[in-house]
Amino acid sequence: MNANPSLNGAHPYNDPGSDEPLLQVRSLSKLYGSRIGCTNVEFDLWPGEVLAIVGESGSGKTTLLNCISTRLVPTAGGVRYRMRDGRMRELFGLEEAERRFLMRTDWGFVHQNPADGLRMSVSAGANVGERLMAVGERNYGQIRKTAGDWLSRVEIEMDRIDDQPRAFSGGMRQRLQIARNLVTSPRLVFMDEPTGGLDVSVQARLLDLLRGLVTDLGLAAIIVTHDLAVARLLSHRMIVMKDGKVIETGLTDRVLDDPQAPYTQLLVSSILQV
Amino acid sequence: MPKRLIVSDVSKSFTMHLRGGVVLPVIGRADFSLESGKCFVLGGPSGAGKSSILKMLYGNYACNSGQILVVTDNGMIDLVTAKPREILRIRKETIGYVSQFLSVVPRVSTMDIVSEPLIERGYFRDDAHARASALLEHLNLPRYLWDLPPATFSGGEQQRVNIARGFITDHPILLLDEPTASLDAANREVVISLIEQKKRSGVALLGIFHDEEVRSRVADQIIDVSAFAPQATVA
Repeated sequence: MNANPSLNGAHPYNDPGSDEPLLQVRSLSKLYGSRIGCTNVEFDLWPGEVLAIVGESGSGKTTLLNCISTRLVPTAGGVRYRMRDGRMRELFGLEEAERRFLMRTDWGFVHQNPADGLRMSVSAGANVGERLMAVGERNYGQIRKTAGDWLSRVEIEMDRIDDQPRAFSGGMRQRLQIARNLVTSPRLVFMDEPTGGLDVSVQARLLDLLRGLVTDLGLAAIIVTHDLAVARLLSHRMIVMKDGKVIETGLTDRVLDDPQAPYTQLLVSSILQV
Repeated sequence: MPKRLIVSDVSKSFTMHLRGGVVLPVIGRADFSLESGKCFVLGGPSGAGKSSILKMLYGNYACNSGQILVVTDNGMIDLVTAKPREILRIRKETIGYVSQFLSVVPRVSTMDIVSEPLIERGYFRDDAHARASALLEHLNLPRYLWDLPPATFSGGEQQRVNIARGFITDHPILLLDEPTASLDAANREVVISLIEQKKRSGVALLGIFHDEEVRSRVADQIIDVSAFAPQATVA
């Protein structure tokens, strides 16, 4: 009820072998008036696990993502999250300050449009450094060094550190947004169509980068995508949504290779084979 | 020899919802088991369901009924009812799979593709690379290719990258889907010796080999898949 979750760097609950879920979604529904955003969604997410939510536009996947990440208040149901102190807390019962602290430190949110997740008129280095300052880092030299390390991790040259993201290409902006999100060592990252709107070759580079980072850092992630190839490459498990409802869930390769529900079969058979 | 995996009364059919719900039976009442230190080979005409059986054993295909019991460090687990998380753990610790084709990830080098399974299991990068180098050397993949992504390699070269990736781990159960399909005679020999090594170290293997010679040299027993042919059902 009190005390902000402590930031001690270590992640005692980030062990992928852990038997305790990191996140529990229960009977989650969001209605827009009488229109269904998403309805009765339930799942658990474990540390180190990548979950893809797939479906066509209007299927409710982004609404679901926004509810889980507390950017939207659900109409019914709840989301429980294991804080860094190991306690399971109901997210919609948190104090506003606790919730903001979570979003700034323990979580990342990668938007489809980098301009929604970046500050376009401050430098690349400051975009990354800002999140560090939010968790209490005050040493300028240290902030700049860490920011520089992260820029190189996402393959942005050091000589671009003082440039504003408006001078960057789409792919670079997206990589900068990822660095900004990962610099505080979050345990959970939400991604909304992270490769949407990018050229295919730029997508491939970004996917490869994301795949490496997720494995190296043992991140848990929830990725919303309409692209089944992205889901196959990045995720362990998959949720298929249509009209706000969960149609099918399971191991990613099983859902894609042996889909059971009529809608999933339609979705899978609609992919162009190259 | 101790049993590592027991398949009991497993059946599988596909329901094609886009074709008016036609039910396509593939396997009916499959029964067999795998033993430590032995290589069993799935036999039978093409279309009999050999690949489907391998995919069910890897959790890639769902089963309609029956049990696939796997001996793991955490006791016996039934793959048919296992949760996705349990299947992921079994793939990490217990069952390895060498597919026929390499699924190429853009931009990832051959060395990283081959050593990745070890790094995921907590090996140091240098140790993983050393083991990967030894395997790639053994499989006669020219050294100048090791730093390149295999997307542009020939079929046989990709196949060897895939074999190195599949054989690098110490899974107690290994599934092989035509690992020698596009290899020349010399490299076929290498794969046969790798399989024999696995057998000596107590691994239970199950494979599909269309090559008559390879099959007769590695197989301890042939499992005739046509014996599991499903009863014709009216859709």
